[in-house]
Amino acid sequence: MTTDNSGDVRLSGIGKTYGAFTAVHPLDLTVPQGSFFALLGASGCGKTTTLRMIAGLEEPTCGTVHLGDQNVTHLPPYKRPVNTVFQSYALFPHLDIFENVAFGLRRRGIKSVKKQVEEMLDLVQLGEQARKKPHQLSGGQQQRVAVARALINHPKVLLLDEPLGALDLKLRRQMQLELKRIQTEVGITFIHVTHDQEEAMTMADTVAVMNGGRVEQLGSPTDLYENPGTTFVANFLGTSNLIEAEIDARSGDDIVLKAGGDKLVLPAARCSAPTPAGGRVLVGIRPEKISLAHADDAGAVPEGRNRLTGRIVDASFIGVSTQYVVESRACAELSVYVQNVERDARLVPGADVVLHWSPAHTFGLDAAQDIDAGTEEEVAA
Amino acid sequence: MSTLTEAPPPLAPAEPAAEPPRRRGRFTPYWLLLPGILWLVVFFALPLVYQASTSVQTGSLEQGYKVTWHFATYWDALSEYWPQFVRSLCYAAGATVLCLLLGYPLAYLIAFRAGRWRNLIMILVIAPFFTSFLIRTLAWKTILADNGVVVHTLGSLHILDLTNWLGWTAGDRVLATPLAVVCGLTYNFLPFMILPLYTSLERIDGRLHEAAGDLYAKPWTTFRKVTFPLSMPGVVSGTLLTFIPAAGDYVNSELLGSTDTRMIGNVIQTQFLRILDYPTAAALSFILMAAILAMVTIYIRRSGTEDLV
Repeated sequence: MTTDNSGDVRLSGIGKTYGAFTAVHPLDLTVPQGSFFALLGASGCGKTTTLRMIAGLEEPTCGTVHLGDQNVTHLPPYKRPVNTVFQSYALFPHLDIFENVAFGLRRRGIKSVKKQVEEMLDLVQLGEQARKKPHQLSGGQQQRVAVARALINHPKVLLLDEPLGALDLKLRRQMQLELKRIQTEVGITFIHVTHDQEEAMTMADTVAVMNGGRVEQLGSPTDLYENPGTTFVANFLGTSNLIEAEIDARSGDDIVLKAGGDKLVLPAARCSAPTPAGGRVLVGIRPEKISLAHADDAGAVPEGRNRLTGRIVDASFIGVSTQYVVESRACAELSVYVQNVERDARLVPGADVVLHWSPAHTFGLDAAQDIDAGTEEEVAA
Repeated sequence: MSTLTEAPPPLAPAEPAAEPPRRRGRFTPYWLLLPGILWLVVFFALPLVYQASTSVQTGSLEQGYKVTWHFATYWDALSEYWPQFVRSLCYAAGATVLCLLLGYPLAYLIAFRAGRWRNLIMILVIAPFFTSFLIRTLAWKTILADNGVVVHTLGSLHILDLTNWLGWTAGDRVLATPLAVVCGLTYNFLPFMILPLYTSLERIDGRLHEAAGDLYAKPWTTFRKVTFPLSMPGVVSGTLLTFIPAAGDYVNSELLGSTDTRMIGNVIQTQFLRILDYPTAAALSFILMAAILAMVTIYIRRSGTEDLV
């Protein structure tokens, strides 16, 4: 496995423009053999175009696509050792499930397909449905046929274009695990395009967050979540509280900041922006990392933690946690998620509170960016 | 519990009020059907019955016709005019095949490749309908005229030698030959082939082509295995819409053909309007109808399109 690199996907300077519109800015990307790679972004960010260029369904304007050591940039799709699971599946409506799955094998002149097709249908648990037509199957079953139809060809790379987009939430969760299981079982490279950040994080080993035709950040799901490099990534993956702050001083490995009269500490290693004294940065903290204490208990908050005072504006109980919106001098709206372990009855809207968190969970971003990039409102607009 | 027992009384008086509109609603579909049914009865069913009775009458124009259940008319008509029957079906089949060969690429082009030209090409396909059928067919008389460009070109390319050998043309002429009649039929019924083909091709999801390509099908294989099977409903309705009227047509044979290219439509027309032998004409019409009905039924069964629709 370690020496075999035939399933590597290497994009070098690949870009696509339609007239004056640039769908994908020249980008370099290497997906190692056997990994589960996700391209994550809002619609129109260029993720599907990138996928289609790998599949050969779209001719890149510039750059090259390599599969292993083979340059496939100008090969038509039917000559590439990759297969695609299309959005809305694109199953052949005039063929039954068996023939749909056998399609690729037959096109390559393989005569005895029965055993392989049956094995593949068993893998996706559809052995019973072999003689049905696609329209007789449910969405989840059609999705599995689409996966089987692609996988049976043992492609070097399997491309998945929003394969779960048409399924309802519960089925989607189930299929995420299913796909992950299949990927582990067959061990081939999966490149998965999705706009669902949770889906990308659950399934992929490596996620590339795309925005406006560029890769914003690339990394493992935990890395992206804990150390977002841009406001877009911070807001698009989960929720972030971003606080504008002024750099006050540097003490050892930490940067001391002033935000609305409060003092915050940020480890210098967790700041991706330049930090001149007197400059501005955006301080980020995830809502679940913040602890909430009633103002009366302020003395009990341990030393060495970042703390802000504020007032609860809104509280919504959602079962596993309670989500608070807190107003403070440093930031008009701070989200705080508190696990429902020991609920403090005093924490109701109107209550004065102290927010505190470990400086190690703080991250710093360049203040020159749009603070709302990647938030739901911004994506919907 | 008390709310449950109290609930029904207010509903009860409302029920009679709800009754009348429902009763009226029950007959609405029939009222809506009535004009169509009346039309069919007056212009289809009654003439058909009348024609059936005519076909089994005997007599003469002077003494009048009487229903004598003289079924021998059918046999006599068939034995005398079977060559014209066979010729009609052959010409219609030829024209249908030509329409399919010419129409399919054009429909494919309009559906998948035309882009913003799509509407313009569609208008061009339909444009001939703005002129009368007769005038269009007469125009072909000029096009295929003995000293016209078409005949000269075909002659100098030695294509006429080939068609002469096949018996489709005779001498240095195209006009008044089977080829001329089949060309006329093809031209006149081509839009009836293109429109249904276009509709069924246009409905095909473009991603199926991509999926086929992705699954190692070369473009031609994609066409054979995906596009063509999915366009079968269009092929079936297009061939029917071409074949059925072409088999009964007499204008093309009348204007572009000769006595050697008479189709069954010409025979029926002559029997009715010139010889005034109404029973024979009616019997011929029935035989034609029955023959087409039988062929179409077998064709639809064979092509098995019910899976696709």
